[in-house]
Amino acid sequence: MRPLIAERTPSRAPRHAPPPNRLQAPEPPQAEIPRDPAPSIWSYRAQRLWLTPHFRRLVRVWLPCFVVALGLGIYFSQSDNRTAFGESWQELRSGIENRPEFRITVLGIEGASDAVMAEIRAALAIDLPVSSFDLDLDALRTRIEALPAVARAELRIQSGGYLAVRVSERVPALIWQTREGPVLIDAEGHHVAALADRVLDAPLPVIGGDGADRVADQALALHAAAQPLAERLLGLAWVGERRWDVVLVDGRRILLPQTGAVQALDRALALHDATDILDRDVVRIDLRHPDRLTVQTTPAAIEEMNKPPALNGAPPTGEQRG
Amino acid sequence: MNMLHQSQRAMRAKRQDALKRGVVAVLDIGTHKISCLVLKFDQAEAALPSEGIGAMAGQANFRIIGASTTRSRGMRFGEIDSLQETERAIRTAVQGAQKMAQMRVDHVIVALAGARPRSYGLKGEVALSGGSVTDEDVARVLAVCDMPDLGPGREVLHAQPVNFALDHRSGLTDPRGHVGNQLSVDMHLLSIEGAVIETLLHCVRRCDLDLAGVASAPYAAGISSLVEDEQELGAACIDMGGGTASLSIFIKKHMIYADTVRMGGNHVTSDISKGLQISMADAERIKCRFGGVIATGLDDREVIELTGETGDWHHDRRTATRAELIGVMRPRVEEILEEVRARLDAAGFDHLPSQRIVLTGGASQIPGLDGLASRILGNQVRLGRPLRVQGLPQSAAGPAFSAVVGLALFAAHPQDEWWDFETPSERLPARSLKRAAKWLRDNW
Repeated sequence: MRPLIAERTPSRAPRHAPPPNRLQAPEPPQAEIPRDPAPSIWSYRAQRLWLTPHFRRLVRVWLPCFVVALGLGIYFSQSDNRTAFGESWQELRSGIENRPEFRITVLGIEGASDAVMAEIRAALAIDLPVSSFDLDLDALRTRIEALPAVARAELRIQSGGYLAVRVSERVPALIWQTREGPVLIDAEGHHVAALADRVLDAPLPVIGGDGADRVADQALALHAAAQPLAERLLGLAWVGERRWDVVLVDGRRILLPQTGAVQALDRALALHDATDILDRDVVRIDLRHPDRLTVQTTPAAIEEMNKPPALNGAPPTGEQRG
Repeated sequence: MNMLHQSQRAMRAKRQDALKRGVVAVLDIGTHKISCLVLKFDQAEAALPSEGIGAMAGQANFRIIGASTTRSRGMRFGEIDSLQETERAIRTAVQGAQKMAQMRVDHVIVALAGARPRSYGLKGEVALSGGSVTDEDVARVLAVCDMPDLGPGREVLHAQPVNFALDHRSGLTDPRGHVGNQLSVDMHLLSIEGAVIETLLHCVRRCDLDLAGVASAPYAAGISSLVEDEQELGAACIDMGGGTASLSIFIKKHMIYADTVRMGGNHVTSDISKGLQISMADAERIKCRFGGVIATGLDDREVIELTGETGDWHHDRRTATRAELIGVMRPRVEEILEEVRARLDAAGFDHLPSQRIVLTGGASQIPGLDGLASRILGNQVRLGRPLRVQGLPQSAAGPAFSAVVGLALFAAHPQDEWWDFETPSERLPARSLKRAAKWLRDNW
């Protein structure tokens, strides 16, 4: 029987080591001593530990995460490393951004007249070629739309390095007499250009008065209603920023109320159809009070009226007071 | 008795804990080999209250996910002889099974063949106060069973109620709910040497495992290798292992007797080694390859080379015929079977209605053994293999694995034991106070 104090693991060295002899050929390696198949207590415990699910998850998931996070933390705690990383990152980024596939070489503007096109080019201020990564299309669009002549703009990067700008211009609808001179405004009252800068294709209605651009829609409606006046109409004046006057060519005015201006104008025109009131010696037709129509006549007419009725045919009817 | 109940209940609690976790290992520590199976219990089915035995005889709710077998070391006659060596062998088997299962096991149920089991039949009888039999009455009748004098240093391994009788009606498997005046019980008690259990416990604990149950190997072998009819009608299972041949007698699905003959296949090997003067390893190889117990004329011409490594040319190149080998093996096998016959006679096996005998275990694979056994044990002998359970690898399906497979079935469906019933309250008045206190603690 083996003694109880015997070494448990068999030693790998051969029991009878032959004396070293250089002349002898090296012996073939000895057959492996059969290993004890039983696991040692520590390998047994290690395997059991490894088969514990929580421990497995700890080692296979959390430990690598922790090591990676720790390594990154240590690396980036050095400011040199941080700047070096930032630089190499920027290099890589610009290397990709400057590739010819992303380069913008042509700027095309559609839907704008030549003057506006020049304005847009000046507003964009892009020196081509430029990388498409450097363009902020939204900012460019706001810059173009900030131009007075531009209603809406649409920017698109197309293939072949083409930056397409599709512009819809503001259409001048009214001429607004300001203190600085006549300007063009569109139907919404936005400033388009000074009248001197544009050559108009067709005559536009003229409005005047402070703050008249804010009520351009009312002006357009009144102008449409005043079509029967034809050449007699000079323009519309916005009085006291609250009501309109229709100004006729010979300086005569139709004073319209604050509310129901169009209806009042229609009433005046109907009166004109019935009585040809505008062909008479009238300076102002006052419609400001809805119940009471007031007419101011010229001094000559008053004189004429004050003459004896014999000379004048029929006696005057109606109340005539200025 | 109370100490015994406590330790057995502690093991039962561990077993329930293991079943709740779903993984338990069963370990058959034999003299020739140690095999370990890792069982995985299906949680959903285990949670269901089981009403008797199901359609799949209790095999549906677990599967074997790890199996490993290693040569046993440090064992003699089914008992641990050299603790360190056995511990290493257990570690090898458990590690292999764990590796195959890819799962760690903490609880292990062990089968033990040796330790001189001794069977006792106990009888208890109580008068019922009236009305139907309750759990309390069953506990009372189990408690009045007389504890026999087991002898010094012996402990109870199994104590199973096998039969209940109510007045004149015997053979009740479950007396609860029946109406009668007198309830009696027959109980089978199996005692083994306590020191062996202590050693086993120590050995298992050194492997970082929890012992969740101990079963007798012949009992486990009988569970797996007897078919249901044989268990019901009565049969003896003889598990011929390496160091012991253990036998168990079953009737009405209960084990009623178990014993061990301290002779087995290793003795046959040592006989061959001595008789033919070869090493034990060669003898084992020759036994497995050419062994038999019935010689024919052809065997005289079959020559077996007896190689050796002594360096003596003539000694290393001897030959023997197969007839000679059989001549060496047969007397020992006959001796084992005759010893088994004597134990069966002592147990009164001839008085059972069925005389069926099932041979299983590794040594039952000797060719011609059934013919020899039927001459000695009677003509109703057959060779048994363990029940096929789900996931069992082919390499562990042979008769040598009937004990470990039976242990897996035992783990899935343990039988009633003495300690599974509460001790009746009138015997322990202090306990009822404790229970009242516990009830208050649990509910308030």
